[in-house]
Amino acid sequence: MFSYIVQRLLATIPVMGVVALVVFSLLYFSPGDPATIIAGDMASEEDVREIREQMGLDQPYFVRFGTWIGGVLQGDLGTSIFTNRPVADLIMQRLEPTVALTVSTMIVAVALAVPLGIIAAWKAGTAIDRIVMGFAVLGFSVPVFVIAYTLILIFSVWLEVLPVQGYVSITEGFLPFVQHLILPSLALGAVFAALIARITRASMLEVLSQDYVRTAKSKGLNQKEVLLRHALKNAAVPIVTIIGIGVALLIGGVVITETVFAIPGLGRLTVDAILRRDYPIIQGVILLFSFVYVFINLLVDVSYCFFDPRIRY
Amino acid sequence: MAITTLNPPRIAKSRLTGRLVAQIKRHPTVALGSSLLLLMVAMALLAPLLQTHGPQDISPADRLQNPSSEFVFGTDMLGRDLYSRVVHGSKISLLVGVGVAAISISVGLAIGLLTGFLRWFDAIVMRIMDGLMSIPPVLLAIALMALAGASIQNVIMAIAIAEIPRVVRLVRSLVLSLREEPYVEAAVSSGTPLLRILIRHILPNTLAPLLVQGTYIFASAMILEAILSFIGAGTPPEIPSWGNIMAEGRTYFQSAPFIILFPGFFLSLAVLAVNLLGDGLRDALDPRLARRL
Repeated sequence: MFSYIVQRLLATIPVMGVVALVVFSLLYFSPGDPATIIAGDMASEEDVREIREQMGLDQPYFVRFGTWIGGVLQGDLGTSIFTNRPVADLIMQRLEPTVALTVSTMIVAVALAVPLGIIAAWKAGTAIDRIVMGFAVLGFSVPVFVIAYTLILIFSVWLEVLPVQGYVSITEGFLPFVQHLILPSLALGAVFAALIARITRASMLEVLSQDYVRTAKSKGLNQKEVLLRHALKNAAVPIVTIIGIGVALLIGGVVITETVFAIPGLGRLTVDAILRRDYPIIQGVILLFSFVYVFINLLVDVSYCFFDPRIRY
Repeated sequence: MAITTLNPPRIAKSRLTGRLVAQIKRHPTVALGSSLLLLMVAMALLAPLLQTHGPQDISPADRLQNPSSEFVFGTDMLGRDLYSRVVHGSKISLLVGVGVAAISISVGLAIGLLTGFLRWFDAIVMRIMDGLMSIPPVLLAIALMALAGASIQNVIMAIAIAEIPRVVRLVRSLVLSLREEPYVEAAVSSGTPLLRILIRHILPNTLAPLLVQGTYIFASAMILEAILSFIGAGTPPEIPSWGNIMAEGRTYFQSAPFIILFPGFFLSLAVLAVNLLGDGLRDALDPRLARRL
């Protein structure tokens, strides 16, 4: 088990290496010369060349990649072109809203989708099953910002029960914090929930046709016991896997959701950076998100042993 | 595999309608999805005929009008007719969807076929693909767009690059299992050139799953285009794509929600059509999967 975790950790190194190379190339090939920008309008060509040498911009590609990766490993993600502040600081400032949004979305999506998927599998072929799967298809098809604006229109503009947009930190009160997160989490969670519900149903259907489930039923255990204790735990591996893979969808959706709901998180930071062509910020955010994605899927792999003790590494 | 359902044996013409009805009954989602999609294609092709105003005609006196008999979907902040803009927007979404699906499937197929057979190529390419797949597709597309600048070609390329690794993965897994089939082994041992094996024996067996995958890529490319345009990193703002129309409506959402909701509805409908088609094709082409999902 322990050696497996170490092995998996080591296997993520080449993956993250490729990610770093892609992300670095983004800055390397980006238009515009940072030295010219830093030197300012009054600088002579000599000044620009000097700054370029100081910053190591005249070095070849792989030397610059080495310097950059060395900095990243020490937490130095470079300096924002626009604000001239360290990217790592800017990211830290925007971290809380994004973490709050993604965590609450995952809770909402899993809490909705897993029970719905179980019910759909249990009642397979009935009207309930069709309705749940119909909603799943809709969840895949309606883009996150369309859901977001529809929710705002219904709950904030017409019913006036929830705030239109904005974010309130948990330190300023729990209720407003939750109120501001309800609509964003629902909008962002729709695709994720659709994905999980579908896989839960498929995985449960497979398990429910197994002999031991029939045995459990025929020895008179009640439905709930059979569904949750016998079936769900055995159906868990694909469900957990899809939750891990779905995090990519979630991260992509964060960028849009934060824009629609004016949440000052990492997604908003990215969008602003795109409009200002502030490449070091885009670079830093992509690197961070990719790292989180790889790490979550590592956790998922390790969790298999917990759900299915037959899996040993 | 039930590929026969797509390639019915030759039959007399008089029975064709009957067969068609039977097919629609057996796969209602394919029928619904493809007819919705056909409607969208018709809308895109006939846009100049369907429009009631020029999609770019500015009329400041009519700005932010509610839907009426003259402006069926209302007008935007420059007084442009929303209905005509939405009709023209369908062209962009479908173009991006088809373009991305075609490019990512053909490039992914070529790379995937080779990785399945060439060990050294596999080792290098799959590490790169793993890395690319660890970057969430939206972010990768955003990053590429930030580099390349706004144009429809760049949108198609950026989304295609983000989708290619998944196609490679799929093709590679298909090839790895096909490679063990006796007829491929026989072809290898009788000295058939690699290219010929790939084209004659492997390629035909990858087409059905790729067709299904292609529809899903089509659907997600339409959403990605709208996302990129919506945050200002996609189709150039002067082109009325659904994402651009929605982006323009953001500021006026509380007073004129229809600017966002109409293009949003059509985008959702288009994606739904393609998804239904994909689900139906998957069920028709692989009945084993149909029972599971």
